[in-house]
Amino acid sequence: MAPQATLWQLFCVFAKMGAFTIGGGYAMLPLIEQEMLRRHWISEADIQDIIVLAQSAPGILAVNMAIYTGHKIRGIRGSIVSALGAVLPSLVIILLIAMFFTEFKDNDIVRRIFQGVRPAAVALILVPAVRMAQKGCRQWWTWLIAIASLLGVAFLKVSPVWIILVTLTVSISVSLLRQKKER
Amino acid sequence: MTGLLGQLFYTFFFIGLFNFGGGGAMLSLIQGQVVTAHPWITQAEFTDIVAISQSTPGPIGINCATYVGYEVMQNAGYGTFAGILGSVLATLAVTLPSFLIFFLIIRAFNKFHESRAFADMMRAMRPAVAGLIGAAALVLIFRVAWDGPHPEVSVLAENFPDWKAWAIFAAAFLLGITKRAGPIAVILGAAVVGLLIY
Repeated sequence: MAPQATLWQLFCVFAKMGAFTIGGGYAMLPLIEQEMLRRHWISEADIQDIIVLAQSAPGILAVNMAIYTGHKIRGIRGSIVSALGAVLPSLVIILLIAMFFTEFKDNDIVRRIFQGVRPAAVALILVPAVRMAQKGCRQWWTWLIAIASLLGVAFLKVSPVWIILVTLTVSISVSLLRQKKER
Repeated sequence: MTGLLGQLFYTFFFIGLFNFGGGGAMLSLIQGQVVTAHPWITQAEFTDIVAISQSTPGPIGINCATYVGYEVMQNAGYGTFAGILGSVLATLAVTLPSFLIFFLIIRAFNKFHESRAFADMMRAMRPAVAGLIGAAALVLIFRVAWDGPHPEVSVLAENFPDWKAWAIFAAAFLLGITKRAGPIAVILGAAVVGLLIY
């Protein structure tokens, strides 16, 4: 069986991923998989199960991955250490930037840079929305959900929490009712 | 100060609990709470935070939570130490639900995620989340004010002051959707363009 990973090694692997991957959880998935398999800490079947579960549970994907893998390898302490590793680089890097940025916000060069960056940042939010709609909107009712959620939040100022809660409850209820009818 | 810290913790705990569908959905949840529901951060400030979260390493949700935690305390007039406290608290709060779900309900969840109800739920959640992320972008483009039954829609001048901003927006969208450039390249490119034309 695999060589046992120490807590410190677990922390380092996830900290490395937190410090060097850009683009969020989905960019981290293949790297986590590769690191775990290369070190033989976890079997391929186990890591596949963890990826599916981490993606479907609520929360931040990278944190879910760290908790589930850490727990599989070293139990509760492993999960805490791994999550800490995934989060700590972000915390330090962002804090440094935030402190620096508040200081230089009124600087003319910084102001011009961010005037250019803002429209690009908005466009980069729109990209995954369009991709997800292309993938997820197949039937008429899926379009209805997407448009209701878009207009509700953007123009009627409905909280996103309500959209998620209502979609969860209605879709699960409808599914269970239909399954009952079929039986 | 403790009151605001408490609100920050509670807000981010719920954001972590209700986040389905990755970093984009989380931006929408954070925006709904700290820009729309509470007057903690302006749209323009939130746009800057999103730009920085997208182009620095680490999970976007964590980056954004850390930054917002700092900024909320700063905007309320507290010092650097309170800012650090706010960011640590927001980050802790947003990760805590992942632990709770894992240790309390993961066995039940494991069964649920193989059921037909879960597959049906995800089919409904994907378009809902697509709408949420789209709305997060729209909120940073338009300002909507309700005057009686009629909405008054205007373009958010802090983010889109002129036609040059729209040109940057269009170029960034095309580069992103065709996968010609990653987020860092787009943000860095826009930074250089901004420096040159503004």
